[in-house]
Amino acid sequence: MNHIALKMLMGDKGKYFGIVMGLTFASLIMTQQPAIFLGLMSRSYSFISDVGLPDIWVMDSKVQFVDDIKPLQDTELYRVRGISGVEWAMPMYKGLLKARLTDGTFQTCNVIGLDDATLIGGPPLMLDGKLEDLRRSDGVIVDIDGARDKLGKPSLIPGGQPVALKVGDSLELNDHRAIIVGIAKVTRTFQSQPVVYTTYSRAKSYAPRERKLLSFVMVKAKQGQDPAELTRRIRDNTGLAAYTQAEFMTLTYEYFMHNTGIPINFGISVLLGFIVGAAIAGQTFYNFTLENLRQFGVLKAMGTSNWTLLRMILLQAVLVGSTGYGLGVGLTALFGYLMRHSILAFKFPWQLLLFSGTGVSLICVFAALISIFKVIRLEPAIVFKG
Amino acid sequence: MTNSSLAVRCQNVLKVYDTGGQKVTALNGVNLDIAQGELMMLVGPSGCGKTTLISVIAGILDQDSGCCEVFGEDLLSLSNQKKLAFRARNIGFVFQAFNLLPSLNAAENVSVPLLINGIKRVEAERKAVAVLEQVGLGNRIKALPSELSGGQQQRVAIARALIHNPKLIVCDEPTSSLDHETGRNVMNLLKEVALHQDRTLVIVTHDARIFEFADRIAKMDDGHIIEVNKINAPDNLTPELI
Ligand SMILES: Nc1ncnc2c1ncn2[C@@H]1O[C@H](COP(=O)(O)OP(=O)(O)OP(=O)(O)O)[C@@H](O)[C@H]1O
Ligand SMILES: [Mg+2]
Repeated sequence: MNHIALKMLMGDKGKYFGIVMGLTFASLIMTQQPAIFLGLMSRSYSFISDVGLPDIWVMDSKVQFVDDIKPLQDTELYRVRGISGVEWAMPMYKGLLKARLTDGTFQTCNVIGLDDATLIGGPPLMLDGKLEDLRRSDGVIVDIDGARDKLGKPSLIPGGQPVALKVGDSLELNDHRAIIVGIAKVTRTFQSQPVVYTTYSRAKSYAPRERKLLSFVMVKAKQGQDPAELTRRIRDNTGLAAYTQAEFMTLTYEYFMHNTGIPINFGISVLLGFIVGAAIAGQTFYNFTLENLRQFGVLKAMGTSNWTLLRMILLQAVLVGSTGYGLGVGLTALFGYLMRHSILAFKFPWQLLLFSGTGVSLICVFAALISIFKVIRLEPAIVFKG
Repeated sequence: MTNSSLAVRCQNVLKVYDTGGQKVTALNGVNLDIAQGELMMLVGPSGCGKTTLISVIAGILDQDSGCCEVFGEDLLSLSNQKKLAFRARNIGFVFQAFNLLPSLNAAENVSVPLLINGIKRVEAERKAVAVLEQVGLGNRIKALPSELSGGQQQRVAIARALIHNPKLIVCDEPTSSLDHETGRNVMNLLKEVALHQDRTLVIVTHDARIFEFADRIAKMDDGHIIEVNKINAPDNLTPELI
């Protein structure tokens, strides 16, 4: 009887298409929106994952996330270096500074100051120049997106695209001259400002005079040293906050989860996708069953059991469900592929397949249930009605 | 007539439809015996209960009281599952509106009763082709219902009612959707191919032009059988029925 169920379903191409479209839509929304959400949320901590090298980040105990800078005194660096189990500890400056562009306008930049000697914490990928060039006088490295867009020089044609900054061009950071010695690629973060890398001591000279300028201490644990244990030791010895890289990423991620409207907004669109998808697919599937009620009645009169009819309807639901799910997930993957070079955030872990798969299954079970209910209660005597 | 040669025995069958407080008595004490191998027609004015009666006889509707035995089985006393199996094995259906499944071709439609009886698809469809040949549609086995004329569709439906070799075929107005000539062809087919000594036909009809095909005609009015006339035996021919 299974092939009969399938032929019934495919018999009316238009309706079949309608049901599958409803489920495709639901599955698309339930996959694509969370993918964007996850992509966006991963940007909250992408600075930490970009730096990569240190095991442990040390900072003021009141810091809530990576962009929440509460500076320390330089002396803290030496206290951390003195703790047993520390292989090395390096300073990092991270702060927003104003850059004056060649046309006289100002642009806020995210300035990162790296340890003068080791340059640990630099950008993940150099597109032009070398990290070591930071040691040249007044040298800075800017990120490619910033160089092309916000820091770009005015176009020669009015209204045209800005001209990208190149190695050799210069900027003014808080009245200090800075010369671009490299262009880097960094992972996008929530902060849309251009990223400017320089040395720790030069960053301090750019920054407004303050008693405390040390943003983070980056720590590498000695070989064989358990980072979690070292973290605890640093906390106990200094009174500062210390997190492993993963903990710091989670801290940042959760800050954004709890303190921004992002999860709510995406949650609502996923829920809407589910509801609209369930309504469309449930409705069209139920209508399809209603229109075929006489056929089910004929089968019932001829001796088909409710159990067999139930299996037929379930099979139909599973077929439209898996087709719609496959199309929706496929479209999402295609979307992600087409957007891979754009500003759009997109992250598609396999768990997301389970998530939207569960959603689509729920819709199908719901649609099948109301149909099955109708067919089971159907009186076979309707077959003789006109 | 002995009980063992009876196909159907209805005794005092009562059926009342209850539609939201309004009660309609469709069968008001029906008594009717139908012999095996007989072609019995049920006639009577609209609303007199003909369809209700064959629904009870076919086991797709439960009467409220009275007894309806089909081949010695009291259908009302059968469990749901047994009743399904009974219908699947013993009953064939022919409808006024054909009721073929529109997305199945002729052979697939005809094979459905065998599938319901648990026979494998390949074998069921092979048998369906043979039965379609019997009803003169051997060249249209792959045609969808929408590609067939009304008469051809009814012949497919008759093939479907025959394929599992049921002992009883119930037909509700089998010729009413067809023109006179086609209707006669369908009746010829039912009489020549469907009917034999082990198979009984009960046909509900309004169509006076086909009365001559009946062995007996039961006339109904207002939920009763008011008279039963023998047609085929010339001495019992009742002129006002023809
Ligand atoms: N499902 C139902 N619910 C309520 N009343 C019904 C139902 N089916 C039939 N009836 C009523 O029962 C009576 C008998 O109906 P039935 O269909 O058996 O008549 P019929 O002799 O077949 O009529 P027709 O020649 O018009 O087909 C009618 O009054 C009809 O309105
Ligand atoms: Mg009727």
